[in-house]
Amino acid sequence: MAATLPPPRLLPNGDSAVTVEFSRTIDDAANERVLALDKTLLATPIEGISETIPTYRSLLVHYDPGKIGFDALCEKLLPIAGRPLPPSTKARRWRIPVAYGGEHGIDLEDVAKALNTTPDDIVARHAGGDYRVAMIGFTPGWSYLSGLDKSLHMSRRQNPRLLTPAGTISIGGIQAGIQCLAAPSGWHLLGRTPVRTYQLHRNPTFLTEPGDRVTFFAIDHKTFEEQDRAAEAGEIIAERVDA
Amino acid sequence: MSRLIVASIGPASSVQDGGRYGAQRYGLTVSGAMDRLALAAANTLVGNEPLAAAVEIGPFGATFTAKDGAVRLAIAGAPRNADVAGRPVAMETSVTLKDGETLTLGFARGGAFTYLAIEGAIKGELVFGSLAVNARAGLGSPYPRPLQAGDELTVDAASGAPELRIEMPKPVSGPIRVVLGPQDDEFDDANKALFLDSEWKISATSDRMGYRLEGPAIKHLHGHNIVSDGTVNGSIQVPGNGAPIALMMDRGTSGGYPKIATVITADIGRLAQTSAGTAFRFKAVPMAEAQEEARKFQQLIRTLPDRLRSSDTVELNIEALSDANVAGYAVSAMDAGTWQVTAEP
Repeated sequence: MAATLPPPRLLPNGDSAVTVEFSRTIDDAANERVLALDKTLLATPIEGISETIPTYRSLLVHYDPGKIGFDALCEKLLPIAGRPLPPSTKARRWRIPVAYGGEHGIDLEDVAKALNTTPDDIVARHAGGDYRVAMIGFTPGWSYLSGLDKSLHMSRRQNPRLLTPAGTISIGGIQAGIQCLAAPSGWHLLGRTPVRTYQLHRNPTFLTEPGDRVTFFAIDHKTFEEQDRAAEAGEIIAERVDA
Repeated sequence: MSRLIVASIGPASSVQDGGRYGAQRYGLTVSGAMDRLALAAANTLVGNEPLAAAVEIGPFGATFTAKDGAVRLAIAGAPRNADVAGRPVAMETSVTLKDGETLTLGFARGGAFTYLAIEGAIKGELVFGSLAVNARAGLGSPYPRPLQAGDELTVDAASGAPELRIEMPKPVSGPIRVVLGPQDDEFDDANKALFLDSEWKISATSDRMGYRLEGPAIKHLHGHNIVSDGTVNGSIQVPGNGAPIALMMDRGTSGGYPKIATVITADIGRLAQTSAGTAFRFKAVPMAEAQEEARKFQQLIRTLPDRLRSSDTVELNIEALSDANVAGYAVSAMDAGTWQVTAEP
């Protein structure tokens, strides 16, 4: 292994943030470097950095220009970002129940038709996947997953929906997602989970972290209703299976 | 304790403070005042921390009534007519409402947001260090939604301190300054020039999430999809239709459109207060200049207490008054409804 990795691009976001970009495309290796840099900056903070936001292929670093200037910050970030990856630590793993199809997954049949197969087959391929939380963004708890089966890759909808339900499990392009709050979406809706990846007065407020592993399993709609009530009352519902 | 009753209020009015930082990595946006300097001026007038929670009042009128005791207030931001029981109240001054008295605020005359700060600040339950309302996520205190008629704020009884005015620096005019990037390389030189050399207007379908810009269509070099990455206050993204959107305080924390430029911190409040339909331009500045302006802006907010004056010494600022009148009752940047960013996450 090389002593250092190729340097990232440092892209200014105005006067108070810089994007440390490792790749222009979705790439698990780049995402690992993003998460490694994020971890390093959390463990050994650079004076002036106020917040870091990991995304698929870059780390957005917010800083206070009253404490550190752009050039000085970039000089400090570059060598850290070029370090070889530390040995990977064991990821947390979640099993997430999903009520597929019907009112909870209104695009399941259309997706099956578009891919010349049956809804059951789509469910099997989606639930059979081993996913990784690449980033969380857009709205609270919205977890973007890498690892979608290649046979399920398909373009997003031509017309995004203005509102899709809380808990929506969907696919878009080469990505899969767990959506927490009701929100606009152009992805294909396969089902819903009772699991809240974000719930204000629960400990923890946010369930998923970038780097976590996720698998799905099917539940019937009656179980969904029961678990949805329990989740509303503060239960986590998702099973943690790494321990 | 006194109470301040929201007797009437228009849409797009909510409790806001310096914002909610630290949970953007979980998709929780920052919220907070659209015009930070105006928030700080109002708070400073009543002796609060500059970025304490206050009422951000949208372009429409509002009335507030003191109950169970006197309440000391201050207003700053988008100019509007204001009075207490028929006595005019100037912008950028403090005023005390006696028990039962009502502060009446008219429509914004130019700009959109006026800040009503209350001595002792608004009380509530901090979530991630902030009371700021984020309606989409159901966050904010004392009400996790925009304010409505009938809402009540529990506030400190007025201290009886003498009323003050604040002598603000002459407003910065000229273009809204930006730093190019982070994805300016997704646009060719002609389209970057088109962005920087054209006149823009803010669409009426704008809100706290983003200001949609009307002007020429900006074309991308490689299409309008990039891999979603982080956004900041003032990111100017260009979606597929080529009409840029300046992301504001309730922005999504990530987005998948190329961002041609970013509004400098010192000018975000100015952009927020630009009325819909008013022509303006952007100007690219070097990073060093943007950071110097950001430091000056921080310094200005820190030193606002030095600008307080006794309100006995009020002299009519004819220039400011005529400026405000020239703006007239401009259509505001705020739509009565809320538009949704229709982009997929």
